[in-house]
Amino acid sequence: MLKPKIKREDKTLREIHVDQIIEAVTQMVQEANYNIGKDVEDAFKQALATEESPTGKDVLQQLLENVEIARTEQVPICQDTGFAVFIIELGQDVHIVGGSLTEAINEGVRRGYLAGYLRKSIVAHPLERKNTGDNTPAIIHLELVAGEKIKIHMAAKGGGSENMSFVKMLKPSDGVEGVKDFVIECVKTAGPNPCPPIVVGVGIGGTFEKAAYLAKKSLFRDLGRRSELADIAELEEELLEKVNKLGIGPQGLGGRTTALDVHVEIYPAHIASLPVAVNINCHAGRHKEVIL
Amino acid sequence: MATIHLTTPISADEAAKLKVGDQVFITGVIYTARDAAHKRLVELVEAGKELPFAIKDQLIYFVGPTPAKPGKAIGSAGPTTSYRMDKYSPILLDLGLRGMIGKGSRSQEVKSSMVKNKAVYLAAVGGAAALIAKTIKKAEIIAYEDLGPEAIRRLEVEDFPAIVVNDVEGSDLYELGIQKYRIEN
Repeated sequence: MLKPKIKREDKTLREIHVDQIIEAVTQMVQEANYNIGKDVEDAFKQALATEESPTGKDVLQQLLENVEIARTEQVPICQDTGFAVFIIELGQDVHIVGGSLTEAINEGVRRGYLAGYLRKSIVAHPLERKNTGDNTPAIIHLELVAGEKIKIHMAAKGGGSENMSFVKMLKPSDGVEGVKDFVIECVKTAGPNPCPPIVVGVGIGGTFEKAAYLAKKSLFRDLGRRSELADIAELEEELLEKVNKLGIGPQGLGGRTTALDVHVEIYPAHIASLPVAVNINCHAGRHKEVIL
Repeated sequence: MATIHLTTPISADEAAKLKVGDQVFITGVIYTARDAAHKRLVELVEAGKELPFAIKDQLIYFVGPTPAKPGKAIGSAGPTTSYRMDKYSPILLDLGLRGMIGKGSRSQEVKSSMVKNKAVYLAAVGGAAALIAKTIKKAEIIAYEDLGPEAIRRLEVEDFPAIVVNDVEGSDLYELGIQKYRIEN
């Protein structure tokens, strides 16, 4: 049944059909897993130039060869093709037609993971643990924004690095030093497990779950890009330096490159709270963005 | 730190010659298993039943590969993080498992079991999954097909690269590496 376009004042909602979304997601989940971003490849090359450990250099060399093979042969960079995590910026003047947005995203993941020979890594029930067989459902974070576009940003988030993530409710009196100490402790505890050199995502402020979301969102940023807030950019630089003094190195075998970058996102907090979340990503920051 | 070419199966004497930090290239048959398969294997052991493959002197690779594209032996196949198998490994080591390939540190209990049983733990480069896949010439599911990527596979490998992280003396490359490169404030 055709519904008339809804008019708000002099504005017409822009229709986007779910088929466009399914198509975009089908493609991007494959591309994210085959073609590493230039920012990551550049980060590997830079690390190779500055790393002092011979084993560390050897590992970085293998990682560079690996992304080349993956791109050339169109095979996954890593066997953990991840939970498909989406941050969708949905313009509030968009009207999605033809079906449900959530189902469209999941259908795109289903088709992409099948067609792309990607691994099906999701279990339907966290305790019973039966594989869903098609890497759905995806994780979908929806942000309603101004405008009439949909920005779909997808990351393939591996389980190993995700397991090395932490949230702590600090006291306001712990201050920035408390935050730094916590971040360093997390990276130390994680050690070799999340496939260093890692990317460290940090969320500060908000509530318990908001801090965790901020940490995850910070990982969607390209490597080498600092926060737009001057004091936070400084914090990112300082944390990166401190992390790289830990000596964990590529694959945790010892070296100067423990992290390729640290990203921090912040949000206002409660007068009684200083929540901090650390979401760790492996070296292969695999994410793609499409704007409809 | 030597470069050593290993052919499976591997005896206790051969394992004892491997030293922390040695670069190894493995040729022969290795078996894959990760979380779900280990749970089932240990259930078999506890029930006194036979395992799907003869485990003595063999290597287990902790991996869940992507599906193989047509014409390829296997999909991308890098190591998964080993600590999740720590609960199960000592039981298999007591049965004669000679080595494990994965990534990330093992618990003290696993390390002690390796010393006791003359077994080793090797690390493959996490994330070099397409590169590692090139050394896998043949792959077949031999048990638990219902587990999909977590099924037990028998792999035939040629010059599969790994580094000795834990040897039979109890040394730990993760500890040694950090000691060498950590800068304390």
